Amino acid sequence: MMHLDMRGKQCPIPVIETKHAMEAAGPGAEAKVLVDNEIAVQNLGKLAKKKGYRFEAKKEAEREYSVLLVWEDGSVQPQAEEETQAEECSVDARRRGTVVVLSSETMGEGSPELGAVLMKGFVYALAQQEVLPETVLLYNGGAKLSCEGAQTVEDLKSLEAQGVEILTCGTCLNYYGLTEHLAVGSVTNMYEIAQRMTEAGLLVKP
Amino acid sequence: MENKIQFCRGGGCTAKLGPGALARVLEKIPRVKDENLLVGYDSSDDAAVYRVSDELAVVQTLDFFPPMVEDPYIFGQIAAANALSDIYAMGADVKTALNIVCFPEEMDLNILGQILLGGSEKVQEAGGSLAGGHSIHDADVKYGLSVMGTIHPARIFKNNGCEEGDVLLLTKPLGTGLVCTASRVGLVSESALDKAVQSMTALNRTASEIVRKYHVHGCTDVTGFGFLGHLCEMMGQKHTARIFAENIPYLPESPKCVEEFCLTAAAQRNRNHVESKVLFCEDSFATEEILFDPQTSGGLLVSLPPGDADMAEKEMGKKGVLCARVGYVEARKECSVIVEGKIV
Repeated sequence: MMHLDMRGKQCPIPVIETKHAMEAAGPGAEAKVLVDNEIAVQNLGKLAKKKGYRFEAKKEAEREYSVLLVWEDGSVQPQAEEETQAEECSVDARRRGTVVVLSSETMGEGSPELGAVLMKGFVYALAQQEVLPETVLLYNGGAKLSCEGAQTVEDLKSLEAQGVEILTCGTCLNYYGLTEHLAVGSVTNMYEIAQRMTEAGLLVKP
Repeated sequence: MENKIQFCRGGGCTAKLGPGALARVLEKIPRVKDENLLVGYDSSDDAAVYRVSDELAVVQTLDFFPPMVEDPYIFGQIAAANALSDIYAMGADVKTALNIVCFPEEMDLNILGQILLGGSEKVQEAGGSLAGGHSIHDADVKYGLSVMGTIHPARIFKNNGCEEGDVLLLTKPLGTGLVCTASRVGLVSESALDKAVQSMTALNRTASEIVRKYHVHGCTDVTGFGFLGHLCEMMGQKHTARIFAENIPYLPESPKCVEEFCLTAAAQRNRNHVESKVLFCEDSFATEEILFDPQTSGGLLVSLPPGDADMAEKEMGKKGVLCARVGYVEARKECSVIVEGKIV
């Protein structure tokens, strides 16, 4: 475990020196960084998020914060692209029994345009969660989200690559004439949809 | 140079107090009502505007900060260009300026001379007269100007009068905070720093004089609160800006500064302040950091109708002023700014 005392140093120094120390130590590196302000903690948080390091922060005293960064096996390599980040995330991160239901192209009520932007944002954010759902169910308008041309396809693919089951309603694909255009996951039926939903420990419906 | 490190330690607009902290303090200060005070600090405008007569108003501004570059002469130019910019953001003409100086007792006075020389040259370029100032001893160097300008009271640029359908123009590249900070830790090339210096020392005079000929609904200069901070202020509660990140001009190597995690505290404070009002459609850390980056002596951000924007853009092109169409103004959505696409 490296100890880096960055108190009294202004951003970006704490982040830059921590980054260098982590990279010099390589995979498995652990660093405990002391800083004297919360903004520095947040900047270290951005470093951790981008690099896939485990991040824990604690306020020890007035003007003293300790930040733990751990480069765990399976976290991304430095400068890795976002796609690899998704692929290399651990499959164990899935939470058993959580089912996300996307039943519309849009999220929330109000402007459909904004709703579409929000839905795209939601699927993206979902793929970035530390704990992922077990299954994503798509039906009715939601079925379009997993088809060619939808802006959500990449993020759904990223979820699938991380072990999340992506199931789209076959009746719905047929209705919208999209049967040949499913771009990610597999086709399901109402029996399976009902089963996944009744057996779910947690249903998430944005 | 022995004074180097002491001279420059995280300056420019990265030294500004956070917008959140500032708002909390200001709201407790009693406000004086004077009907001739056309712009005061109850709006988030850049300067005070006082009507002297039906034809004349004076614009008053003050801006100063610690050095963000090692060269004192360049620092003087940048600090002055930055202070003068507030006048241009109101659509006014520069008349007089006063120096504000903090300088360590033990430091070489020639350094101060260089700073003041740089500053005075910029005031001259602005068509104003440097009329004096005030200097005190302090632990660190700080320099800036209080500037007075004039304007017709009916032609003041508001910063929040934008209308649906307006085009948003930006007249300087973003990334000065990132590049200056990175240069202090040796992460950018000399030519990248030169480009940043070129941008920071340039006056917003020509841009301001050009857009004055058109129907400017909103205008501000992009400084310490970053592009998104100033844009959110501009949108107020009634409008939403849709920004196309591909159109955002940025300084060379600024994305690299983000990759190297050259992250300033001020950028993070800006992020904390307005992140909840901004929707990023694409995931790009570099785009976000550049848009939150605090600018020193940044460009004008102008909201004007599409036809006017076309003509202003053309004229700026002719005069060699950068002018980027970065987005447009829409009816209010749930957030103040929607950022589409990514810079890199």
